[in-house]
Amino acid sequence: MATRPMSPQVLLLPVKPGFIAITLIAALLANLLPWSGWALWLVPDFVALTVLYWCIMEPRKIGFLTAWSLGLLMDIADGSLFGQHALAYTILAYAGIALNRRVQRFSMTAQVLHVIPLLLFTSLIVLLVRALAGADFPGYAYFLGNFTGAALWPALAYLLKLPQRPRPDPDRV
Amino acid sequence: MEHTPPPLFRTGPTALARLMIFAMLSVVLLIADARFNYLTTLRQIAGVIVYPLQRLAATPAAMGSRIADFFVTHNTLRVDNQRLTAQNLELATAAQRNAALHKENTHLRSLLDMQARVNVPSFAAEVIYAARDPFSRKVMIDQGLQRGIEPGRPVIDHVGVVGQVTRAYPWLSEVTLITDKGQLVPVLNVRTGFRAVLSGTGDDGRLELRFIPLTADFQIGDQLVTSGIDGIYPQGLPVAEVTHVERNTAYLFANIACKPLAGVNSGTQVLVLGPRPAQPEPPQDTPATAAPKKRKKS
Repeated sequence: MATRPMSPQVLLLPVKPGFIAITLIAALLANLLPWSGWALWLVPDFVALTVLYWCIMEPRKIGFLTAWSLGLLMDIADGSLFGQHALAYTILAYAGIALNRRVQRFSMTAQVLHVIPLLLFTSLIVLLVRALAGADFPGYAYFLGNFTGAALWPALAYLLKLPQRPRPDPDRV
Repeated sequence: MEHTPPPLFRTGPTALARLMIFAMLSVVLLIADARFNYLTTLRQIAGVIVYPLQRLAATPAAMGSRIADFFVTHNTLRVDNQRLTAQNLELATAAQRNAALHKENTHLRSLLDMQARVNVPSFAAEVIYAARDPFSRKVMIDQGLQRGIEPGRPVIDHVGVVGQVTRAYPWLSEVTLITDKGQLVPVLNVRTGFRAVLSGTGDDGRLELRFIPLTADFQIGDQLVTSGIDGIYPQGLPVAEVTHVERNTAYLFANIACKPLAGVNSGTQVLVLGPRPAQPEPPQDTPATAAPKKRKKS
């Protein structure tokens, strides 16, 4: 790649903690929608995506405690082992926080390429936990949701950044 | 000492340390839940927190189906009505015959001084959503502890057994379907009276009869009903139909696959059965084997 031209960057407004909370609740709602059949395999884990997004973009405003408690709520809603999603989201939050400076600098495509392995790694951990608890491998379709999740990343990034964009200044000509 | 940050930048433990703390906590929870089933109270609390979200998320689909119901065509209603009338007639005949048989049965039973078979109370519930867990087959229904649902209650639909309540929250409960891996249902072959244990495979629409001797009489199309010897499922509920029988003399047991009769993955209306009347205590001297791993030959 040749020298990358610096794209002009918009200075974003600080994000409101209330907005983060609302997006996380919305993600939880999206996860609880009554999906069925093939959609159940394809649908990404919205909570994981949103947690990862906020950990990368605002690592100081979201913590492990949030990720962990969201994981517990997901465990209840899914009827899975208690602590399974909590562990996965904690690790995802760590990955997001550790990589935040790096990922933020990349273009959208490169960001997606960062997100795929992180999501895959998280599902791998869930798989490992369930395998230890005696479950069978559910088939490779199990990983499909991670790819749809990564494909949704640009849209998610656009949506979640909307309220941070500065209002056009009416006094400026 | 020169590595300690100035107080301005002090942000508590490092990210790695926090990761370790929360990962350890999760692992402790996992072990406590998977091995010891300690966390019922904690689950109840979290269940109450997540309940409004669960109901809210189920609303659009419920509303959609209600709207679709409203716009049902005249033709559909007519066809439905015809079908139901025909079915009603059929059922009425069956019910009359059944009433006569029931009377005869109670009479015979009283003659034989046997315990009268008691009707189990039941109440209707609706499936809200299927759990997203790819490792298990579970659904959530909209009745819980408030209505007296407890773990262990059998769940049926209009055709047969769907599953069993495994966890009850205040207003919801979790039903493990019979297709879940490790879910066992003691059954009886209607044609031969052979008792067996039907186990889920984790595969939709496929159940297995394990540890059946090669010589056992099973044919494709055999109906399996609950045997009622487990003290959980009432006797005689249809469960599955045999779809595949393979007898390979290289193995000790026959390979018998079945498919569930009830709409395990599709139904939305289910019936939760109430508690069965107390069973007589098993005799003290024999070890009480609660696990339904019985391989009795009839």
